Amino acid sequence: MTTPRTVELVVNGEHRAGDAEPRMLLSDFLREQLGLTGTHVGCEHGVCGACTVLVNGEAARSCLMLAVQAAGTEVRTIEGLGGVDDMHPLQEAFWEKHGLQCGFCTPGMLMTAVELLESTPNPSLDDIREAISSNLCRCTGYQTIVEAVQAAAERMQGEAQ
Amino acid sequence: MYPFTYHRPASLDDAKARLSASEDGRPLAGGMSLLPTMRFRLTSCADLVDLNGIEALAGIERGDGHVRIGAMTRHAAVVESPEVGEAIPALAALAGSIGDVQVRNRGTIGGSICFADPAADYPAGLLGLGATVNTDRRAIAADDFFTGLYETALEDGEIVVSVDFPVPARAGWAKFGNQASRFAVVAVMVSLSGGSVRLAVTGARSHVFRVPEMEQALAGDFSAEAMDGIAVSSEGLNEDLHADKDYRAHLIGVMAKRAVRDALAQ
Ligand code: FES
Ligand code: FES
Repeated sequence: MTTPRTVELVVNGEHRAGDAEPRMLLSDFLREQLGLTGTHVGCEHGVCGACTVLVNGEAARSCLMLAVQAAGTEVRTIEGLGGVDDMHPLQEAFWEKHGLQCGFCTPGMLMTAVELLESTPNPSLDDIREAISSNLCRCTGYQTIVEAVQAAAERMQGEAQ
Repeated sequence: MYPFTYHRPASLDDAKARLSASEDGRPLAGGMSLLPTMRFRLTSCADLVDLNGIEALAGIERGDGHVRIGAMTRHAAVVESPEVGEAIPALAALAGSIGDVQVRNRGTIGGSICFADPAADYPAGLLGLGATVNTDRRAIAADDFFTGLYETALEDGEIVVSVDFPVPARAGWAKFGNQASRFAVVAVMVSLSGGSVRLAVTGARSHVFRVPEMEQALAGDFSAEAMDGIAVSSEGLNEDLHADKDYRAHLIGVMAKRAVRDALAQ
């Protein structure tokens, strides 16, 4: 039906539900129906990567998925990564290495980097550049982002040992 | 996006039934091209039939002399597949060169070939390797599948089920991708099987094509140098802000040689 239906899914470990018309994008659903505005929307057509979330553990552009397609999936957004008092090593590293300026691209960069470090704990600089090639940043020039991801990888490796 | 009715069938039969019951139905695969096109209101449909719930459409198996890839297999699965890596490493390289990680996690081989973007990578993979497209009603040779700009031989409501790639003696992939979008400005797949050669080019024209002069030269001598002196005419080639037609013609020669060297290195 073109009429709204209830979409049930798990977001950041919590069971959530909201109404969505079939044409509603997952990005808009997260922001408007679930109030999770940490997922940013830049281009809304699959170019900038700002809207990146993890769907069943894999990085996906939430503007290239319908909300109804996410029914029954497990989604991770920036809100689930860590807060002011318990930052994820990636968030700490972005802070320390100046991996952000305006911060608009940052949620997407972080979620892309989360997938990279979970699948490749010890990435080369090329791996990092290749991974974040999906995400646009208009401020930093990328160098500090690459350094931040590298620093976070080192820290997480150290913690794992 | 214009409104539509959303369907999520769990079987191919159910998907076929829903498509044939609709005046204006469209299957949805990975959505990497179709969803943005719908968002721009460049296209619309009354019924969107999402194939993502049909598990039987995804998967990779090694058959007798070929590798079969299900239509809903994601690019990332092709990159990681031991069967593809062992039998046709050039095809794994092709899949790994598509877009970026988010696109490879969602995009599918079936979606790519049905959308038939002039700069998509898989069409060159199918044509250069002599693949066969299996649909819900017939088998279509890659030579007959791609018919024009965003055009294929598929009939209304026909669904691609899998693609069979014959295992070549050698194959190579070379791509000059746009640095921002990673779409092919020009990319070449070449393969050698029992003395016959196929060389397919994507990104350069309305749709993928073979280069018979190069194939003949390579059949006699499978080396990059065998193509020395063969110039591809720029007539009818694509021109856009990334490359004019003369540059694309030049790139075809360069990428063809790189593809052959890639094949010889494997
Ligand atoms: S908002 Fe999704 S890729 Fe730009
Ligand atoms: S910090 Fe401003 S866009 Fe990346």
